Amino acid sequence: MTALMHALPYLVAVWVLLIGCYGLATSRNLIHAVGCLSVCQAATYVLLLAVGYRDDATAPVFSDIQPGSRPVVDPVVQALALTDVVVGATVTALLLALVVQVAKRHGTLDPDELSELRG
Amino acid sequence: MTRGIRLWLVAAGGAGLAALLVAACLDLPRFGGDRHPYGDRAVRAALARHTANTVASVNFDQRAFDTLGEMTILFAAVLGCVVLLRQTRDEHRARPAPEPVARPVRRYALLVLPVALLTGLYVIAHGQLSPGGGFQGGVVAATALHLLYLGADYRALERVRPIGLYEVGDAIAACAYLVTGLAGLIGGTAFLANTLLPYGTFNTLSSGGTVPLLNAAIGMEVACAVVVLLARFLDQAVEIESLTGIKTPTDKERGK
Repeated sequence: MTALMHALPYLVAVWVLLIGCYGLATSRNLIHAVGCLSVCQAATYVLLLAVGYRDDATAPVFSDIQPGSRPVVDPVVQALALTDVVVGATVTALLLALVVQVAKRHGTLDPDELSELRG
Repeated sequence: MTRGIRLWLVAAGGAGLAALLVAACLDLPRFGGDRHPYGDRAVRAALARHTANTVASVNFDQRAFDTLGEMTILFAAVLGCVVLLRQTRDEHRARPAPEPVARPVRRYALLVLPVALLTGLYVIAHGQLSPGGGFQGGVVAATALHLLYLGADYRALERVRPIGLYEVGDAIAACAYLVTGLAGLIGGTAFLANTLLPYGTFNTLSSGGTVPLLNAAIGMEVACAVVVLLARFLDQAVEIESLTGIKTPTDKERGK
């Protein structure tokens, strides 16, 4: 049981990833699909922050705590999560721009109706 | 491929992936464990270089080259959006009519705007000291400007937001990051190495060597990028109209 408890945050990340993938596969609207991709990406935030967590630790910022007085969580994965957020936001913006173009050219947002090629 | 087959395929693949991932998770180090070799080294390096916020030190000092790549991704995405959302030949620009705004909304938006803008700049400036930094502060500052769209109207926003200027600002900020990196090369060390400037007094605004400079460059880049991105999407929603009218799916097609 304790083994499961120690893996629980990682399992939450797995669940979020899979639920996002399910949404992507069954999506009938491109905007909804972009949202599902963001859900998949949210799994990586959970995973990164879970990897960096340390019991009874505080934020790795030393402007108001004495260095060495308290344990701090892993700053490397926090920086990676920040990178992740930025890249996720830009990818979402670019995909939404593509969706706007698809809606204009094809008049539909259903990915199943976008099967035919058009010059 | 029909929906049924696709769903079965997703279920089979998802089940396999889930099994593998769960097996991997059970083998990971214990959650909340005490062994963080990279984290401990990053904290030590940040303190040695007088940077109070270790995350800023990791981003703009120890992994400054990765942040250059991240900034390039942001720049490329903005460029892509500008190209994708441009005005095409069969579209024309309509002047949006001034819309009445509820008085409490207007008052609140105009009251919060300077506070939000100042908060954004504060978060950028104190990136090396307290939680936050160029990425977070840039987004706050850029979205603060858009309170003008809520509080007044689109024309008021356009007056304080000459897009060309922000596009130039985006490029200048990206160049500033590169130039700060190249200054290290000229100074006889390595690209983006934080050895050129004095590290200053711990926990003051000027501490951390080149960290505040790179932080400010990123803050400017993110603020300009977000303004340009939002402007392109707002243009599509408010100003640009198709001559023929966007073909929307009929109810029959939608109900299919």
